[in-house]
Amino acid sequence: MTGELAGRVALVTGAARGQGRAIAVTLARRGADIIGVDLCDDLASTDYRGATAADLEQTASEVEAIGSTFTARVADVRDLAALEAAVVESAAASGGLDIVVANAGIAGGAPLAAMPATSWSEMIDVNLTGTWNTLKASVPLLLERGRGSVVITSSANGGLKAPPNLAHYASSKHGLVGLMRSLANELGPAGLRVNCVHPTAVATDMLLNDATYRLFRPDLADPGLDDVVAQFSAFHSLDVPWIEPADVAAAVAFLVSDRARFITGISLPVDAGLSAR
Amino acid sequence: MAMGDRDVDVSVEGGHVALVTGAAGGQGRAHCVRLAQDGIAVIAVDRCADLDRIPYEQPNRDDLHETVALVEAAGGHGIGIVTDVRDLAGLGDAVRAGVQTFGPIDVVCANAGVIQLLPATEIDPVDWATVIDINLTGTWNTISATLPTMIDAGRGGSIVITTSVAALKGTPGMAHYAASKAAMVGLARTLAAELGPHRICVNCVAPTMVNTKMLLWDGAYQAFRPDLDAPSLDDVIDIFASGHPLGVPWVEPIDVAEVVAWLVSNEARYVTGAVVPVDAGALIA
Repeated sequence: MTGELAGRVALVTGAARGQGRAIAVTLARRGADIIGVDLCDDLASTDYRGATAADLEQTASEVEAIGSTFTARVADVRDLAALEAAVVESAAASGGLDIVVANAGIAGGAPLAAMPATSWSEMIDVNLTGTWNTLKASVPLLLERGRGSVVITSSANGGLKAPPNLAHYASSKHGLVGLMRSLANELGPAGLRVNCVHPTAVATDMLLNDATYRLFRPDLADPGLDDVVAQFSAFHSLDVPWIEPADVAAAVAFLVSDRARFITGISLPVDAGLSAR
Repeated sequence: MAMGDRDVDVSVEGGHVALVTGAAGGQGRAHCVRLAQDGIAVIAVDRCADLDRIPYEQPNRDDLHETVALVEAAGGHGIGIVTDVRDLAGLGDAVRAGVQTFGPIDVVCANAGVIQLLPATEIDPVDWATVIDINLTGTWNTISATLPTMIDAGRGGSIVITTSVAALKGTPGMAHYAASKAAMVGLARTLAAELGPHRICVNCVAPTMVNTKMLLWDGAYQAFRPDLDAPSLDDVIDIFASGHPLGVPWVEPIDVAEVVAWLVSNEARYVTGAVVPVDAGALIA
């Protein structure tokens, strides 16, 4: 492969669809080989369907069509032992590890009074502890290389702002910023960079589903996508309701490249202006 | 409605024209050359003269010519225009000349700036006014002079303001500089919110120390090492590096230029209101 990431191996969690798939494909287009991890299952607390094995296969076929290798591993980011096995074995087969994109995450919303403790726990377990597990499993491999770049998917609404009814989500996404900043300090002297991207609403199954439409349009009996465009656009300075997975992937690809060789510890919003207002 | 049907592209395909201030040297020159590599025509603006109260070497007209030569060597097109960012009328002339040559401006790099390294008790009213006028009012003038043409052209666009880590982290010995740079962040965020409907993105880059004549000269070494009689680069390099988790003493102009080039590209079409540090970790250290 040619491209600015040629010869590098990237781990992407949540790779079966949405942002994770776009990140895998974008990094592959720039020359990287990909290790793609996904749970490929539904979660107990979420209102939208989980990714499937077929979704992960679709990512694999898109990456392989570009000419990169794709190592698919079904694993739960909450399971450190499974993650360590998946990452270590895949990296060994791929010739090492250079890039980690800790992207797996879930979303949901409820007022505190209506939020079950199990929703809180699952949110923190997947988004925050799952990311820590991902880095716990992968950073030793980056240290072996003596270079590397980590990008954590936080959120604009959850990691920079904190609107109502997102106590668990905002806590998890703010927690990722602390994790990122501490690790950037800790790993910088070893030549590793750690940054966060903070997307606004992205056009993925996590966002564009019936539960979201009902949350934003309780006044309608059977709301659809067209019924929430105005509400979502109102979050943004630019006149868009949401951004595309490719927009997040482009930011990730910039941060992991050598063009960003001295960028570490930063929060990069990709949010159509949401967090600046 | 399918998502792909929505017209969400805030960028312009082809025909990009950038105005860059402080273009005769350092970061501004790097921006010009890097943008030229991406096919963007460059209006390179610089004062090209020494400044009262600013003790380090300023670029001259030969330096501005060299910037344009480097733009052309990169396969691009550029013109150099000598004007002071404190002179709004002069900037207006630059904009008119640039638009006449290349067409509507869609990228603005408000990069011109100066620094004095002085303790707060030694900053007199002229020092304060000089730094605020050039850095803050000069940035405002640059945007003020270009914005009407960007809005009239209706093609959207991208403004990148060069602020500093000093805007966000207390750094002794540069009170007026830090104040000017922090104000730029407020300016950028407000303009991002205000200009979104025109599809104009407004962002800041926030570099740490950069390998330019603003930083690497005897007076700067003296400011960082008042304990020595005639300190050299060797006497400060470890101090510079100690502020950076990545262990480097400074970043290069190209490192800032890469962020600028990315921010103005279609890849960053939905990035607005952002402050992007290029700081080797200085802000979190």
